[in-house]
Amino acid sequence: MSTDTLPAQAAATPAAASPGGRNTLRSRRRRDALRTLAFLSPWLIGCGVFFAYPLVSTVYFSFMKYDGLNPPEWRGLANWAYVFTDFPQFWPALRNTLWLCVVMVACRVLFGLGTGLLITKIKTGTGIFRTLFYLPYLAPPVAATLAFVFLLNPGTGPVNSLLEAAGLPAPSWFNDASWSKPALTVLAVWGVGDLMVIFMAALLDVPKEQYEAAALDGASPWQRFRHITLPTIAPIVLFAVVTGIIGAMQYYTQPIVASKVASGVMGGSGVTFVPGYPDDSTLTLPQLVQSLGFSQFNYGASCVVALVLFALSMAFTALLMRRRGGLIGPGDRP
Amino acid sequence: MPVRPRRVAAALAATAALALLSSACTGSTHDAAADDPKAETTITFWHGWSAPAEVKAIEANVARFEKAHPNIEVKLVGNINDDKLGQALRAGGSNGPDVVSSFTTSNVGKFCASGALADLKPFIEKSKLDLDRIFPKVLQDYTQFEGRRCSLPLLSDAYGLYYNKDAFRQAGLDPEAPPKTWSEFTEVARKLTKPRGDSYERLGFMPTYLGYETVVSHYMSQWKHGGYFDADGKSTVAKDPAFAEMMTYQKSLVDALGGFQRLDRYRTTFGDEWGPKHPFHTGQVAMQLDGEWRLKFAEEAKPGFEIGVAPLPVADDEVAEYGKGYLSGTIMGIAPQSRKQNAAWELVKFMTTDTEAVLAFAHDIGNVPSTLEALKSPKLNFDPRFKTFLDIARHPASTTSDGAVNGSAYQDTLQKFSQRYEKGQVTDLQKGLADTAAQIDRDIAAAK
Repeated sequence: MSTDTLPAQAAATPAAASPGGRNTLRSRRRRDALRTLAFLSPWLIGCGVFFAYPLVSTVYFSFMKYDGLNPPEWRGLANWAYVFTDFPQFWPALRNTLWLCVVMVACRVLFGLGTGLLITKIKTGTGIFRTLFYLPYLAPPVAATLAFVFLLNPGTGPVNSLLEAAGLPAPSWFNDASWSKPALTVLAVWGVGDLMVIFMAALLDVPKEQYEAAALDGASPWQRFRHITLPTIAPIVLFAVVTGIIGAMQYYTQPIVASKVASGVMGGSGVTFVPGYPDDSTLTLPQLVQSLGFSQFNYGASCVVALVLFALSMAFTALLMRRRGGLIGPGDRP
Repeated sequence: MPVRPRRVAAALAATAALALLSSACTGSTHDAAADDPKAETTITFWHGWSAPAEVKAIEANVARFEKAHPNIEVKLVGNINDDKLGQALRAGGSNGPDVVSSFTTSNVGKFCASGALADLKPFIEKSKLDLDRIFPKVLQDYTQFEGRRCSLPLLSDAYGLYYNKDAFRQAGLDPEAPPKTWSEFTEVARKLTKPRGDSYERLGFMPTYLGYETVVSHYMSQWKHGGYFDADGKSTVAKDPAFAEMMTYQKSLVDALGGFQRLDRYRTTFGDEWGPKHPFHTGQVAMQLDGEWRLKFAEEAKPGFEIGVAPLPVADDEVAEYGKGYLSGTIMGIAPQSRKQNAAWELVKFMTTDTEAVLAFAHDIGNVPSTLEALKSPKLNFDPRFKTFLDIARHPASTTSDGAVNGSAYQDTLQKFSQRYEKGQVTDLQKGLADTAAQIDRDIAAAK
């Protein structure tokens, strides 16, 4: 029964037809509404304080000159014009963020799904492999990034020593603008344990009888994966992609630590560290939010970048939700 | 479902209310210098030192203050960078700092212009301090911005040249005659360089802008220039030929020593700037541009060779100014949100102007004293080589970098352009400098 039918039924009763009945009905409705609001209040308060208020504030400050100390002053579209036309780091940061959203997220999802599939298939040592693949996810991001920068150090790192010993080209990884994002992707794929566990749970939920029936019909392993596994785990894939993109939009710690350590500029003598080393290749939009707002005291421009991030996150999520069927297959179209 | 006008109005009203609330909740400074500095109180001092010896030195300095002012207890919080500082100064609150220090003098403009640090003028007037008689001019300049004095210098840093005397002897060079001009410097650096395959057994000098202290501003003090901004506040990096001259020379040095790619790959083998594996300590580089503090760090690392110090070279046609260098230092100020500003001022005044305190702290931490009286004190008891830095600090042609309303952003923009130039990614230097100057002006306009 739909709740939409309740008012119609109530209106049809004789009691409700009288003026006194209407009042009773109105007060009952009010009580119901208040009760509903009371139950919803924890969420409403949380959403208002931690989402609506910051969002409205961000929009408000994006039109203001504001340094966090003095009263805001109206500036119209000046902050927006500055970020889009006069701030040279915005477009490289946007390109890098989009690159990470597409390549890094895709690699993480594919690798997470691949390891999940592998672990569900192997007969022995499942627990050991599951632990081995999951453990890197528990490493703190700063520590993991530091370890990768040292492992991939072009001058002293063991990875390049091995590559050179094998006669393979040894890239400069975090010290080369064309390799820094792939190096960050390797780091992200290394810590894919969270996705692996989610995919494993989803894969174990796929009904076995469907595989058996498909096998009897002569379906190949790829066909079984394409037409049974993938449609069944489609919501999980969508979840992994959407959360991955939101994570990539907020990607801050790893690139800033990697660029700081690789550049060697640790501060301490008044020499300032400029994010993005090498050649703005690791610059992401959250770094600009921090740099504009907290380093340059330009909250207005910082809020503009934050709103661009918000709009991009919304756009990606909406696109994926609409195109889910196209991405995964028609079987799972809602 | 049609959108009801009342709902739209309610939504608009809620949005407007939230927006107004946003503006109402913004931080604001206030005059809180109403406390009694003679009352028993505890103040909090945030500083940036983190190396154990430095932390010990600042603790000893504060202990001296507490002995002189037994009613004021100082709580120290270390390892604070300028970003954390900026946040704390905006947020205020009872756990925030009362007194702060920063190593980044180019951020003083931002701190003064925004009011992130309290105006010290009333305190200075109340204490009847004559700053011209206390501090050298350069130090006075980098602790104020456009007439607003929001900080005072707490010791200073002078930049010079460190060199490996043993390596000089091995290369057939006179260790008592370090290079005085940049042309001589290139030759010396080349002679000190010992290649090994595609890399180096020893590099004469790491000239790239990421060679720790070899940044644009430190190089620029060795070329005569009129500052980074003209009288109208516009960037001079394209108009003043000194900038192009410096960059052209630096690029020629990069090329003379093996080219950017090779040097940068070698740079990745270097240890941390603040650790014992610094490339100058390990002998990976034979010469180093660095601040006076390096002497203490290097001697503590027991490098196994004799260390020489000298002023940095100057442009070939500016030999008369040999002996000058880049000056910088730590700055100290008061949080505008502090409710104990008079007590905070007692600490600032003691640490920055008391000759005995300045001398003791300078000795403990290995920095250049920041007051005129301390600089000529007979109690100066440094390593004889330290005199080089004291002389650089006193040299009338020594310079610093200017302050700006957006802090060090203009230095960052110039540094980024310079890095592109040293890599060979810029073909037209003058056009690149003009674009950089325009960008600096746009950034400053946006921050005003």
